[in-house]
Amino acid sequence: MFPADLKYTKDHEWLKPAADGTALVGITSYAQDALGDVVFVDLPEVGASFEQGEEFGTVESVKTVSELNLPAAGKILAVNETLADHPEAVNEDPFGQGWMVKIQLSGGLDGLLDASAYEALVSAESH
Amino acid sequence: MSELMKTPLNAAHRAVNAKMVDFGGWDMPVQYPAGILAEHEAVRTKAGLFDVSHMGEIRVKGPGALALVEHLTPNAVSKLALGQIHYTAFLYENGTFVDDLLVYREGEEEFLLVVNAGNSDKDFAWVQQHAPGFDCTVVNESPATGQIALQGPLALSILQPLTKTPLEPIGYYHFTHGEVAGIPCLISRTGYTGEDGFELYCAAGDAEAIWNAVLAAGTPQGLLPAGLGCRNTLRLECKMALYGHEIDDTIHALEAGLGWIVKLDKGDFIGRDALLAAKAAPAPRKLVGFKTLEKRDIARDHMPVVQDGQSIGFVTSAAPSPTCGINLGLAYVPTELAKVGGRIQIDIRGRAVPAELIPTPFYKRLK
Repeated sequence: MFPADLKYTKDHEWLKPAADGTALVGITSYAQDALGDVVFVDLPEVGASFEQGEEFGTVESVKTVSELNLPAAGKILAVNETLADHPEAVNEDPFGQGWMVKIQLSGGLDGLLDASAYEALVSAESH
Repeated sequence: MSELMKTPLNAAHRAVNAKMVDFGGWDMPVQYPAGILAEHEAVRTKAGLFDVSHMGEIRVKGPGALALVEHLTPNAVSKLALGQIHYTAFLYENGTFVDDLLVYREGEEEFLLVVNAGNSDKDFAWVQQHAPGFDCTVVNESPATGQIALQGPLALSILQPLTKTPLEPIGYYHFTHGEVAGIPCLISRTGYTGEDGFELYCAAGDAEAIWNAVLAAGTPQGLLPAGLGCRNTLRLECKMALYGHEIDDTIHALEAGLGWIVKLDKGDFIGRDALLAAKAAPAPRKLVGFKTLEKRDIARDHMPVVQDGQSIGFVTSAAPSPTCGINLGLAYVPTELAKVGGRIQIDIRGRAVPAELIPTPFYKRLK
């Protein structure tokens, strides 16, 4: 149900590590469904650095706002500029076109969940 | 956690994968799979169907019914014709709100009071507490009653084929009794969205049959089932008050901009003395409409209004407006700042964000 090549947080972010030490970060299908229609994603400046778990932005839906916490320590290499005009991409394709930032990893991936552990977490939350 | 209350349509919502939330102790649909934006747009451009069976209904009947309702509410009940409805409130002695409600005049000596779900028990106790001395009965009909709201410009054309009652002659804030899909109901031309529409009151056991009949009739015309999420954005755009936000037991009727429901010359009612005194002195705060200036600045309910680091007011309701395409809100601010075109600042998660005061309602339909 959740892509096996991603790592997950308990706060419903995902991280997709690449071989070159970079990673893409976004929010999960479960998170976008809970938020409802996304209308704005507030993303950081390129070059900013964050600790693991630190807030790097916010995602705003019609009904609520949620913090975005970076799944692993890193430096922002790029932000998804298309979300400025098409925030609905987060709802429509949360694991693909709805990615939020690309980071240079500066630490490990300790504490992140694999797909099956995340699925267990989500199924416990929704029941 | 105590068990949530369920409307007679609960299973129907779950069957179509509505997202359910706890709303004042009720298990209610916040949205259906179409989502809040699509549901909001459907109501503005076509039609939406809401389950509002959680609302409370209190019937007051008898020779003393008129006098009791006059005593309990600030609007002029004696002016209501049979079949007419008005918006009003239950006030405490200090002029603040027990709740807001609609009064339906069913007969010379019979009134139906429609109150908020979360306040229903408190309201019923309030009416009962004041009833002794008035020759009337007070009955809580909430558990036995289903209520469905069909709202939007196509509401009339969707509903008319389902009833022999001519709908066009029912004026805004008027009602009649008839049948919809062969089921007896009260047909009321009211709503909480700023659009034309009808609210149908029926026996709880009949609610699902009416819901299904209206959905089937309207779906080909673009009708969507609509949840509490868009109900909130729709009412906010029209500056309709929501208990716990624009009005509560700390805010009086004049501050809330609801002076038009307060008829100080109608005779005595609970809260009159306080509102007379309030009217003599200028209100220290006022409810205003604002927009933030940047797309990223989205105010939310209960955020502080600030000036030089001090809290000087608060946001009552705020959201990105689907119809207006800007970030809107309502707030209480000091009266001297309450001028259209003026600027205030809102504390959004620690940032003091500028907002401009703009005219309300934010949205008004073309008639």
